[in-house]
Amino acid sequence: MDLQLIVAAGIATGTILLFAAVGEILAERSGVLNLGVEGMMLIGAVAGYATAVSTGNAWLGVVLAMLAGGLLSLLHGVVTIHFRADQVVSGLALTFLGTGLARVLGEGLSKAGAISLLPRFTVPVVSEIPIVGPVAFTDQSILVYVGYLLVPAIWYWINRTRPGLHLRAVGEEPAAADALGVSVYRMRYQYVFAGGLLAGLAGATITLAIQPGWFGALTVNGRGWIAIGLVIFAQWSPFRAAFGAFLFGAIVQLTLSMQLPPTILGFPNPFFEYHPNTFFLDMLPYALVLVALVLGSREAMRKRIGAPAALGIPYVRGERGR
Amino acid sequence: MSAGPGRPGLSGGLRYDLRLEPRLDAPRWLSPALTLGAIAIALVISGVILAVVGADPLRVYAHIVRSSFGSVGVISDTLVKATPLILTGLACALAFRMRLWNIGAEGQLLLGAWAASAVVLLPILPAGTPGLIVLPAMLVAGFLGGAFWGLIPGFLKARFGVNEIIATLMLNYIAFSWIQYWVFGPWTEGGFQMTEQFPIEAWLPRLDDLADAYPALAGLTVHAGFLIALIAAGVVWFIVERSAWGYEIRLIGDNPRAARYAGIRIARNILLVFAVSGGLAGLAGMTEITGVVHRLQDNFSPGYGYTAIIVAYLAKFHPLRVVPVAILFGALILAGREIQPSGVPAMIQGIILFCLIASEVFLRYRVSLTRRAVVPAPGA
Repeated sequence: MDLQLIVAAGIATGTILLFAAVGEILAERSGVLNLGVEGMMLIGAVAGYATAVSTGNAWLGVVLAMLAGGLLSLLHGVVTIHFRADQVVSGLALTFLGTGLARVLGEGLSKAGAISLLPRFTVPVVSEIPIVGPVAFTDQSILVYVGYLLVPAIWYWINRTRPGLHLRAVGEEPAAADALGVSVYRMRYQYVFAGGLLAGLAGATITLAIQPGWFGALTVNGRGWIAIGLVIFAQWSPFRAAFGAFLFGAIVQLTLSMQLPPTILGFPNPFFEYHPNTFFLDMLPYALVLVALVLGSREAMRKRIGAPAALGIPYVRGERGR
Repeated sequence: MSAGPGRPGLSGGLRYDLRLEPRLDAPRWLSPALTLGAIAIALVISGVILAVVGADPLRVYAHIVRSSFGSVGVISDTLVKATPLILTGLACALAFRMRLWNIGAEGQLLLGAWAASAVVLLPILPAGTPGLIVLPAMLVAGFLGGAFWGLIPGFLKARFGVNEIIATLMLNYIAFSWIQYWVFGPWTEGGFQMTEQFPIEAWLPRLDDLADAYPALAGLTVHAGFLIALIAAGVVWFIVERSAWGYEIRLIGDNPRAARYAGIRIARNILLVFAVSGGLAGLAGMTEITGVVHRLQDNFSPGYGYTAIIVAYLAKFHPLRVVPVAILFGALILAGREIQPSGVPAMIQGIILFCLIASEVFLRYRVSLTRRAVVPAPGA
């Protein structure tokens, strides 16, 4: 077991969660809970992969994946923002729709064969830094580096710019934002769409960069839901989401690599000796999310911080909400 | 409701406004009419998508109707598929009524199936125990298995305030791996992902079993689980609509603040509702393995627990309405097995749910498009 390789792979797979979680943070910060991440990721994954298969251009795949995720998210936007439907049910509907549609569109794609993936490279200079360089900046996909840049950019946008101030206002106190002349509806559509773009990008990150191929609904396999759990764990902060995503990715890689060696630290490896035991390793990521949720909820209770105050509540001018 | 603050213009003009006025009450016919309309629109949208991907939508729909309601035999098969949908649909309807988003019926169904299997495979009861003892024991085990799996997210929510949607979903994935461990590992039959067949005492009786006395029933696959599901629907209806506990559940769902002021213990109700909801889903797992597959497999559920969410929503969380809706979706699942591409039934389900929630705006608001003159604001 090479710990360096495991962490590097964990960062790569963590990038998938990172994009989806940061996108969900944007939507939730504007007051719209979008539980359709799994569906949007699947649509992005299939749209990106299908485009790359038919055109040979992975970058075009990324663009179409993001558009597909964004378009799907607008459906959620219309239903919850203008039609004031329940955000939980609409998000679930989005997951059903996205999953079904992706399976319909992806029919036959699993036999597509090899495609040209997005480039991987080693960043000069910073890859020389001890410990961090070899795992974070050596032979990673370009999307991993995009992720590194995206997180501080989004943090800056939310916390240090005027549009970001409006975003927070719309999510916390929409009536006050409205009174200031901020269009609550337009802001919510914009950030729901941004969340859809990033969920689509997360899907494309799977099929065009980190784990290429189309395996139906298993391509995403619950990672959209894990990303939503991560947002709660991260308490709506992009940096904490990035930390959680990479840590989570590394732990999952560690458990995967535990299946291979015949002995661990001199003891016979139970996952090597008796293969069905590896199903317990499969449970681990999901159990980890439960633990993270408990920790996150406890900390939120202690510090009295929580979800954006208007999260899940449709805004109607002149009404106090629920 | 306008899309934003009106832009102050120098000259006046006409603008169109979409207005939503809250309705105080809706005519009785409106809700069912909207539901039917939403389904019709959903079928049209699905048809367009099917046509785009190269399938003939009319043939697909005709196929669904023919292969699910075309003869007595296939109607019986439809009822078989509807059985777990009724039970999981009731599980969701009960929890949703309290606005507890139990998305984990699938995992609770799997745990119920596992616990019921344990009765004959562990075994808890010795081989050769008569069916009159084995089957009720499996029924109880199935309920307890599902209830236990439901109590986990219930406890996490009541004690730590953990979001139950994420928790129940995570537990679905864990439950699936748990089943895989047992069917690949300790209970495997020759390394295949299934257990050995249950002894015949652990099979729920089918209508076909009566074929000796009534030849007309030969080949009919409906099993006693359907009866269990109908009884469960009646029981859940009584709990929700007629019992004092049901009143608490409905009050918490409609107005949690008022419920708290009324002294209703919310944490206790979260645990109870999650236990009963999980137990109902667990029963679905038990009836499916004892009535249909007669062994535990890793893929015996085509996502009943997820379809149940739509069933509950379409039934407007009303326990008795769950039954006919579940039968319709049972038909979709039955016919969907042969439809290519294989994602079509899931896609249609998603579109139906979307149209349904979008249509509800007409139930809660009077929607009108009005034209009004824009007069420049004084001093603007």
